[in-house]
Amino acid sequence: MGGTSDILELARDIRNMRIKVLVAKLGLDGHDRGAKVVARALKDAGMEVIYTGIRQTPEQVVETAIQEDVDVIGVSILSGAHIPLMKRLMNLLKEKRVDYIPVFLGGSIPIPDIEALHKMGVDKVFLPGTSLKEVIKYTVEAAKRKRGYREWRDLGNY
Amino acid sequence: MEGSRELLRSALNGDKRALGRLLTILESSPKKAGEVITYTLDKEPDAHVIGVTGIPGSGKSTLISKLITQYKEDNHKIAVIAIDPTSPLSRGALLGDRIRMQEHATDPSVFIRSVPTRGVKGGLSFSGVAMIEVFDYVGYDKVIVESIGVGQTDIDIMNIAHTILVVTTPGLGDDIQALKAGIMEIGDIYVLNKSDKEGAEKTYSYLEFALESYELGVKRGWTPKLIKTSALFGWGIDQLVDLIEEHYKYVLESGLYNEKIGRRRMLMLKLLSEKIFMSLLEEYFNKGIDRDILRKYDLYNASIHLIREIVEKLIKYGG
Ligand SMILES: Nc1nc2c(ncn2[C@@H]2O[C@H](COP(=O)(O)OP(=O)(O)OP(=O)(O)O)[C@@H](O)[C@H]2O)c(=O)[nH]1
Ligand SMILES: [Mg+2]
Repeated sequence: MGGTSDILELARDIRNMRIKVLVAKLGLDGHDRGAKVVARALKDAGMEVIYTGIRQTPEQVVETAIQEDVDVIGVSILSGAHIPLMKRLMNLLKEKRVDYIPVFLGGSIPIPDIEALHKMGVDKVFLPGTSLKEVIKYTVEAAKRKRGYREWRDLGNY
Repeated sequence: MEGSRELLRSALNGDKRALGRLLTILESSPKKAGEVITYTLDKEPDAHVIGVTGIPGSGKSTLISKLITQYKEDNHKIAVIAIDPTSPLSRGALLGDRIRMQEHATDPSVFIRSVPTRGVKGGLSFSGVAMIEVFDYVGYDKVIVESIGVGQTDIDIMNIAHTILVVTTPGLGDDIQALKAGIMEIGDIYVLNKSDKEGAEKTYSYLEFALESYELGVKRGWTPKLIKTSALFGWGIDQLVDLIEEHYKYVLESGLYNEKIGRRRMLMLKLLSEKIFMSLLEEYFNKGIDRDILRKYDLYNASIHLIREIVEKLIKYGG
């Protein structure tokens, strides 16, 4: 598993697809080191990354995702308010009919909460200690999946 | 094609999701982009395009955010095209201009789009210019373009923006060369931002002198203006908007408006041709090229041969 060919394939996919990712820091805490590290890693892997800074609301994140037409949304929450914030975010995505955009969440999430988050529609939860390569790999897969969705294609695929 | 026409119609009705998708089409498919733009050419353009350039970190994005606030109050619809550089090695980009404008993210009358340069020499890509046409078509009447502020971009921005702001900061006052370095000659309005900082007066005096001695160039009928602002504290923003509007009035009265539209469309044609040709060229070098070509021709004729092959392929298969 892994190995050079794996990485090369990943790099080629990223290059061909021009993957666009929104990295957002939800909630009131001001610790954005984790979000910035992820944003930079995705950028260095060849993706186009929109970083929106700290203290974003779910409304801002969804509007930004729509205007920027991103492939994947990555959210970082450290405040402990991940359940209500993500519920609001996922509901808004549905309401605005952009719930075909996969969402991943990173942060110090208690393991018992993970199931509830998946039920809301959060695609993936990354716990502290996840390698950046894993995040990159997931993001490419998620972007591929998103571009396969029918509703998204009806909106003018290319 | 059906798809893009419907998207345009939805976007015209205020559907931001459709508009977001349309802009992606401009970025990714030259053929469909061409169709989209052809539809938009039905309408006479009437948006005011404002270019914001200047040294990196001078506060362009923060200033634009303040302009948005003002223009919103005057019931304008504002679109921002925020250009950021693509890293030439990884081909990735960190698009950070938006951070300074996020307070407007959910406003119905504002649309912000980040645009990576994607290896385009001058930074201003075909899609960046094409986005102006689409924003104008769907009813945004103030279109603000934030450029990366180096080199060729600014020549291009001159061709597409009706009003050009050049943003600078205190501390450069002693360095005449820095101020004179090409970039400074294209402004309709020079903005000394961060005037809350030390040395603002000195830099202001220098710029004033440079302007008075015509070093920064008078363009027919308009004398470049100078203004001090602090985007951080909100100083001078009202006056800046007044100056921008004064310049726009001049643009409309002098006939410069349509001249710029003409140049913008020519630039769009040039940039799209370039994009199509470059991607075919790249494709050739990635797989199609005859490795023995340099044995068959000398270098110059090998290039000509290659160009001819690309053009023939283009004509045959339509790109
Ligand atoms: N003191 C002071 N700081 C300012 C002012 N305007 C912006 N800044 C700060 O300057 C930094 C850069 O601001 P931006 O608005 O991102 O500048 P920019 O020109 O868009 O930067 P790039 O797009 O990266 O070239 C930020 O930390 C701002 O808070 C100002 O008027 N005064
Ligand atoms: Mg900026």
